[in-house]
Amino acid sequence: MNQSAVEPIDMGTWNRGRVGMLCLIFGESMFFSIFVVAYLFYIGKSGHGPQPSEVLSFPYLATACLLSSSITAGLAVRFIARSHRWLAVLVLAITIGLGASFIAFTAVEWYGLIVDHGLTIRTNLFGTTFYSLVGFHAAHVIVGLCMLSLIFCLLVAGAVRSEHAERVEMVTWYWHFVDAVWIVVFSVVYIIGT
Amino acid sequence: MASSEGLSVSTVPKDVDRTWLDHMHEWVSTVDHKRLGVLYIFSGLFFFILGGLEATAMRAQLAIPANDLVEPAEFNRLFTMHGTTMVFLVGMPIVTGFGNYLIPLMIGARDMAFPRLNAWGFWMFFFGGIVLYMSYFASMGLYGAGTAPDVGWFAYSPLTGRAFSRGNATDYWILGILISGFGSMSGAINMLTTTLTMRCPGMTMRRIPLFVWMMLVVSFLMLLALPVLTAAQVMLLFDRFLGAHFFDTQAGGDAVLWQHFFWFFGHPEVYILIVPGFAYASEIIPVFSRKVIFGYVTMVAASICIGLVAVGVWAHHMFTVGMGRGLDIWFAIITMVVGIPTGIKLFNWIATMYGGKIRFRVPMLFAIAFIGQFLLAGLTGIMLSGAPFTWQLSDSYFVVAHFHYVLIGGLLFTVFGACYFWFPKMFGWMMSERLGLWHFVLFFIGFHLTFTTMHIQGLLGMPRRIYTYEPDRGWAIWNAITSAGVVLQGLGVAFFLLAIFMAFRQKKPAGPDPWDAWTLEWSTSSPPPEYNFLSLPEVRSRRPLWDLKHPEDPDWEHE
Repeated sequence: MNQSAVEPIDMGTWNRGRVGMLCLIFGESMFFSIFVVAYLFYIGKSGHGPQPSEVLSFPYLATACLLSSSITAGLAVRFIARSHRWLAVLVLAITIGLGASFIAFTAVEWYGLIVDHGLTIRTNLFGTTFYSLVGFHAAHVIVGLCMLSLIFCLLVAGAVRSEHAERVEMVTWYWHFVDAVWIVVFSVVYIIGT
Repeated sequence: MASSEGLSVSTVPKDVDRTWLDHMHEWVSTVDHKRLGVLYIFSGLFFFILGGLEATAMRAQLAIPANDLVEPAEFNRLFTMHGTTMVFLVGMPIVTGFGNYLIPLMIGARDMAFPRLNAWGFWMFFFGGIVLYMSYFASMGLYGAGTAPDVGWFAYSPLTGRAFSRGNATDYWILGILISGFGSMSGAINMLTTTLTMRCPGMTMRRIPLFVWMMLVVSFLMLLALPVLTAAQVMLLFDRFLGAHFFDTQAGGDAVLWQHFFWFFGHPEVYILIVPGFAYASEIIPVFSRKVIFGYVTMVAASICIGLVAVGVWAHHMFTVGMGRGLDIWFAIITMVVGIPTGIKLFNWIATMYGGKIRFRVPMLFAIAFIGQFLLAGLTGIMLSGAPFTWQLSDSYFVVAHFHYVLIGGLLFTVFGACYFWFPKMFGWMMSERLGLWHFVLFFIGFHLTFTTMHIQGLLGMPRRIYTYEPDRGWAIWNAITSAGVVLQGLGVAFFLLAIFMAFRQKKPAGPDPWDAWTLEWSTSSPPPEYNFLSLPEVRSRRPLWDLKHPEDPDWEHE
């Protein structure tokens, strides 16, 4: 009968790195969705203290920074794959700069909320849900920045070459995910919430 | 073709000069999926003994009415630690352990997809467990209140608020489970990725053993459910340490939200624990019936259905909080729907046995007992899915009996079966049939004495989690029987431990394939070498080892 050689399993481009990263992203989305649900559930239920519509303003610049950093991150992978090392260094530096300015905008926003409006995590339900949702997102941005900075250093040192492009791409998948979470957070907190 | 062709016979090199410290170092620093699997299973068994002792203390207290062996506060700690231990530190690691050990072997891979992540996951689980038990020694905290957590394994709010849970006992519960949860999540990522990307040539998704399919569903559920618990626990931590108000009813927070979050995790968790039971049974029953599994494709479909439906039934744990008629009806109906794929599985196992040449060895005995007991557990589950029925019996011993029927009659029996079935593969020595039989008979009788009678106490109105009861309630005789059963179960477990001990002592060699089985793990030596397979196997059917042993009638001609 059919004794010919057995075909190896071909998963196409779906190697273990991609599948593993996708699994991680799935788990992370479950984590965030619970905080989103809590935020939506508690909208308008704060008895006292500042309300979202009084103190929140649209973070246009922060959003623009974070969303455009996804594009530069994608470019970085492309440049690394094509061995354009210094172009990759440049766009990666821009990516890190954009991500860092997002964090800076968040810091300014939080400073205003805490100092000017007296809104902390213990003030009311809005403070509780706002700081935990936005804070966890910001924490993920910081983790992403750490990974990108590490790649940046390795790239400058010449340790990241074109054969590592796919590994760098996995980090950018995480970065894109953090971006996508921001779109949800932005819609929930700054559009629906106000 | 010689029947032994393709069976790699290399053994692990034995080095007699190594000290115990070297061995220790090897086990602690290992990234081998087999060693990690064994570590998972044995630490699960260790916590199983702890959780069992806690249960024994509770049953000793409840054996006679108006008893004062255990004081009320201690009783609360006992049932909290018992539930938490059994779910998170026994069920989860044993499930992950067997998955870890067997998935790469069954799909013809040399290790998991991420071996170091695998080791990280194990140690996170293990130290999470240690953190939980540290509470007994360390949680006097700043306030000098409490030792072990006493809020129940589902830790309902507002009981877990600062005002009602003083001291740090509840924080130990949160942190211990949170840490071990990270371990389980990484294990789930690993199992999913390994199954999807590491299969050997010819091992298509239509050919992987049912065990692997079911663990795929389990890993998916872990990845879906555990982050939810983590998020809810983080909220609780924020409430307790930062003064947030997620579950703080005085500031407008909602205690029922915790219940929704917890059970959105908690119900999939039930399936995370029971579907591996199905997985073990689906491997054991065909081998000891000498037949292929009946309805492979329907089994896979039923597992996936269970996995999907499991996500939509969580609030049947909450019929008594007043969700309203619409939600009650929705969750009652969806819960009843679970009975359909589960029923399909039961019929498939019975159909596999039907007309087979059944060998009543110890693993098979446990698997057969599982079928009957799980049927009963499912039937009481259907009863409880009716919301009005739950209004009568919620928080009674009927519920306790139901979920112990699921988790002991369902999961634990198959875990015991799996231990006897795969122990020869893991260590290369057979476990004693005679001791195994004693274990089975004692545990079987003890289980039914304890948990079958428990239904009656529940119907008679005995609430769960009470530390004692008055003699005139008519519960005394049933409680006495329930507690007597614990003695037999304890004896059964003692025989189990003795059987493990004697297997290591007697060293009765098992050979690569003691049960004349068909899946790939039996094609390599026992215990398998570090690299599992000398040359990667090539698979042409669902029973690759059968094909090797029976070249005159291979399976691929019939599939």
